[in-house]
This record gives sequence, C-alpha cells and structure tokens, in this order.
Amino acid sequence: MKKIRLMQGNEACVEGAIAAGCRFYAGYPITPSTEIAEGCAVRMPQVGGHFIQMEDEIAGCAAAVGASAAGVKSMTATSGPGFSLKQENLGYACITEIPFVLVDVQRAGPSTGLPTSPSQGDVMQAKWGTHGDHPVIAIAPSSVEECYRKCVRCFNLAEKYRTPVIFLMDEIVGHLRESIEIPEESELEIINRSCPEDPTHTAPAYSCKKGELVPCMAPFGSGERYNITGLIHGEDGFPTNSTKTADAQVKRLIAKIEENLDDILEWEEDMPEDAETCIVCYGGTARSVYSAVEEMRNAGEKVGFFRPITVWPFPVEKMTEISKKVKKVVVVEHNNGQLVLEVERVIKNNCALDFLGKVNGTVITPDEVIAKVKEG
Amino acid sequence: MASKLVDKYFREDHLPHIWCPGCGHGVLMRDVAQAVENLGLDQNKVVLVSGIGCSSRAAGYMDFNTMHTTHGRALAFATGIKMARPDLEVICIMGDGDASAIGGNHLIHAARRNIGITAIIFNNNIYGMTGGQYSPTTPYGEKGTTAPYGNIDRSFNIPKIAEAAGATYTARGSAFDAVRTTKLIEEGIRHKGFSVIECASICPTYYGRKNKKGSVVDMYRWQKENSVTVEKAKTMTPEELKGKLIIGELSRDEFPELTEQYQKIIEKFGKGEK
Repeated sequence: MKKIRLMQGNEACVEGAIAAGCRFYAGYPITPSTEIAEGCAVRMPQVGGHFIQMEDEIAGCAAAVGASAAGVKSMTATSGPGFSLKQENLGYACITEIPFVLVDVQRAGPSTGLPTSPSQGDVMQAKWGTHGDHPVIAIAPSSVEECYRKCVRCFNLAEKYRTPVIFLMDEIVGHLRESIEIPEESELEIINRSCPEDPTHTAPAYSCKKGELVPCMAPFGSGERYNITGLIHGEDGFPTNSTKTADAQVKRLIAKIEENLDDILEWEEDMPEDAETCIVCYGGTARSVYSAVEEMRNAGEKVGFFRPITVWPFPVEKMTEISKKVKKVVVVEHNNGQLVLEVERVIKNNCALDFLGKVNGTVITPDEVIAKVKEG
Repeated sequence: MASKLVDKYFREDHLPHIWCPGCGHGVLMRDVAQAVENLGLDQNKVVLVSGIGCSSRAAGYMDFNTMHTTHGRALAFATGIKMARPDLEVICIMGDGDASAIGGNHLIHAARRNIGITAIIFNNNIYGMTGGQYSPTTPYGEKGTTAPYGNIDRSFNIPKIAEAAGATYTARGSAFDAVRTTKLIEEGIRHKGFSVIECASICPTYYGRKNKKGSVVDMYRWQKENSVTVEKAKTMTPEELKGKLIIGELSRDEFPELTEQYQKIIEKFGKGEK
C-alpha cells in the first residue's frame, strides 16, 4: 500500500535524511530552516540516532563533521546568516574528505535581511563561500517530494565521494506543504562510504586504490588510528609543505567531482524540438516557471524549460547543447543575478540571454515570467 | 633510544615536533600519554581532538584516532564525536587563545552540558604560532606584539570560568610539575562528565623573550617557585596569592553526563534502528 503523507519540505528533508541513514543532527535554530532541527529532535532518538542543539552555527557544523568522522552519517541545517557561519567547517570537511549534508534553506539577505521571505541568494555562496579552491556539490529541490528524495541523494553523493554536499533548499520549498508518496525502503538506493576491508590495514589513510579518486574511510574506533587535519596533507594524513603534494591533493579533491559528472549531474528538462526560448530555473522558483510555460504553450508560444537539480557543478554540456538550439535563454532566479553569470559564461554567444530576478522578498509569479519572456 | 611510552603512544615517524627548544608543550604532551597509560585505556578507542595553534600539533604526534580541526572549534567537533559515539574516550588538547578566545563559547557550553570530554588546555599565555600576540591569558601589564605598551586587558582564569559554566571537574597543572599534572589529567579522564585541566606551559621564544623572563631554565624555575598547591592556597591571603600559580584539583561536582542522559531517551523508543 502506498504511504501518502501531507508534509512540509522541511519535514520531508528530515524523513529523507533518516531514510538515507542519517543518525546524527547538530544545529542551531534559524528561520526558515528551524523545522528541520525540530523534526530531528523528535525523530533521531526514535531511530537510535542523536540530536544536539549546539551553541552556535559554527559548532553545529563542527559537531556534524565530528560525528561523521566517528562513522555516523550526519546533517546540519541552516539559513542565510547561518550559512555564512557554516563556511569555515564546510571547507574543513572538503579538505579532510568527511562526508555530511549541509542544508541551507535560503532566505532573503544580505545579513539578517528578510528572515521569513523566500530567496535564492546563496547560490554563489554555495560555490565560493568557503575559502580556497575546493569541490562543491549543491542540489536544489523544487518540491516536497524532492526535499525527501534529493536529500537521500545528497547523502549518497556525500558518502560516495567523501565530500560535503549542500542541499540548497529555499523558503518556498521548505515551507511548502504537499502530499508526497513515501518510498518503500527497498525502492531507495542507499550508498554508504567504503570502509577499509581490514581496519588494521597498513595502507595510508588517504591513499586511493589504483584508478580511483576517493580513499576509503575508517570510522574512529575501528582500529585504524589515523590523523585528520585541515592542513594540506599527504596520503598518510599528516601535514606537509610539499608543493607537489599540495598540488596533487587540491587537484584530486576537485577531480573526484569533475570526473564523475555523469553520476553527479541531474536535471529536469522540457524542451520541445521546436522550442525557441528556454527558461532556466531551479528550486522553488521553478514552480512559477512550470505554470508560465504551460500558459504560454496553451497560447501557442514555443517555449520550454531547463531545471538543473544539481546546481553545482553546473551542467555545462547540457546547457551548451540547449543554447545551440534555441534563440533565447531566460534565467529566472530569486536573486539579483547569480546563476545567470554561470549561464552567460557557458552559452557564450550561442543565443540571446535575458534575466528575471527579484530581491524584494516576494515570490516571482508566473505572470512576471510570461511578461519577461514576451518582452523580446 | 625511545622510551616505552614514546614507542607506544607517539608517531615516531612524525617526530621531532615543531615546538621551539624549551617549549613546555612537549612535557605536557608526555603527561597526557602517561595518564592514558596509567589508566590502561584502549588506544583504538581514544580520540584526540585539537584546534589550531602550537598546542594543537600534539594531535599529529600522538598515536590515537586524531583530529586536528579548526581554530577554537575542537570542543565542537569533539561534542559531535562523543555524542555520536559515546563509547569513545574523547580528549581535547587546546591552547589558551584557542580554548578561551575564539573557542570560548564552545568551552562554556561543553561545560554547561557536562558532556564526557576531557579538555586539556596548554596555556602559554600567548599566541605562539602567529608570533607572540597577547591572548586572553596574557597577564595584565605584560607584553605581546599586539600589546607593545603592555596588556590592558584583564586575563582569564580558565578553570574558574569552566567551573562557573558547569564543568564537573577542574584542575590546574604545570609543565614543571609533571608528576602532579599527569595525575590531574588521569583524574580528569576518569571523571564522568566534562573535565577541564589547565596546564601552565612556557613559551620562551615569544612570551619569555618579549617579557624578559630569562632563559628556559629561569621560566621553569619561576613555575617551581611560584606554584602553590590548592591545599596551601587555602592558608594564604589574596594578597599573598597574587601572581601565584594555584595547582591541583580545583573543583569537583556531580551532575548526570550528557550522553548517558541521551541514551535514556533513545531507550524509551526501544533503541536501535527502525
């Protein structure tokens, strides 16, 4: 029998995390992501996991990374100002290759901004927020169903590639209530980090098997006593100033993502063969685009949409391909123009480019999308 | 030839350490190893977490599950580890700036929760790694590169802060008094709940030179001559105690340990996976 439930995006995120095997949550209350913390406070002990409310956002992120190092899948969630504070230990997780999921339910900024209003103003921060060159995977859900299923995917990617994954939600999907079908356990693919077959093995902690880019990971307490450091380190996990090692380490961190794009990239597209205009959208904003596209098509317009679900890394090849087929790309996003910069870089002069954004804290409506597309 | 303690608890491949000649941290690191040895802990179950700074390099030298984290955040990472895996013995080594400036908030909240972590603070009264800036424990009037005319901030009494915040075991040792300090660390690890052991270290390179404290030997001699045991301190006036290093067990209290309390909540739901 199908399990249909009415839930909020934030609640679905919690249930998705638990289904993915997350058994640890640490965080700090912040609107509009608080329901994720509240949900985890209720649910974690029910499934034998742990919840802790930390003293600040930085500590919430640190505790989640610590728990994962100890072998437990973990998550933290935040919004706006909290996302800024998480950046420090997000970078730590990148360089130490400790998987965890960082949820950012975006709200309008800058600073405290409009705490209860929707926005997609953290898209570039998701890519560049933590200092230094580092890999990034960011996934943006557009529905409550996706808050569940893509949260599972975030954990799977984090575990598979030993990297933090940003679940880039927004206030619209976080607070949206929809009916969703809860998948059967057997229906979900759950990926767990690969652990050394023999925990007392002598291979260096950060060495990869031949031809692979992701080292396996022993949980603390398993018998493999190794070192984790945020300093540049060699395969042995110990700090080094070797320029050769620094180069190799940073490049491997990036390569393990860039060389697996086929696995990591995901999108939704509805581009009829004769489409002349492609609307690029993601996250909650896509919902207005769906309506706009439907209405325009009913009126005979040749329009389609492309919705990256994996926002980072950006689906460059797919975007290029589309840009060669259409006359115009219109990027619709809930900010003053962030992902449009990436789209512009990718499509070059293949076709015209237009942009619709908004920073006043209100939702972009289908009418506004239609008006923008018809503008020229 | 290396001692048995070094063989067992140190990663000899990664020695010698980076600390300056005369630095007190090496002595204190040995005290930690000796305490673990005395307690007979399973090395595989010991997690050593450190922050950033001179002291934090200890994590790389010691043969446990080690995690060298971000500046000030050692206790926050350690909280995640202990909470997720209460079966692990979690020890944090931090510096004075690390634990009480940038990490001050984490320190008081770890104390408030009474989580079963042992926090060991190597206090050298200065930011050594960055070249001698004044820290929250630099004594009033003393100099640092960022206090060229003398420090006008008052200094923190770390164990007192920890006690006030809820730590159920606080103590102070010193690099000079290795035997006593080892015992205090041992007691801190054995204690169920949050323990704080401040260990007075010495920094001859920056703090010592900047403040004309003489040679390494002079600095250890100062520790020897100015250390007062907790018992002795009780017989002295505040005036007599000025500038003295009060060492020994400073406070002890009873309160349920955090992860044990959480375990009871889990058990209400019949534990385990659902």
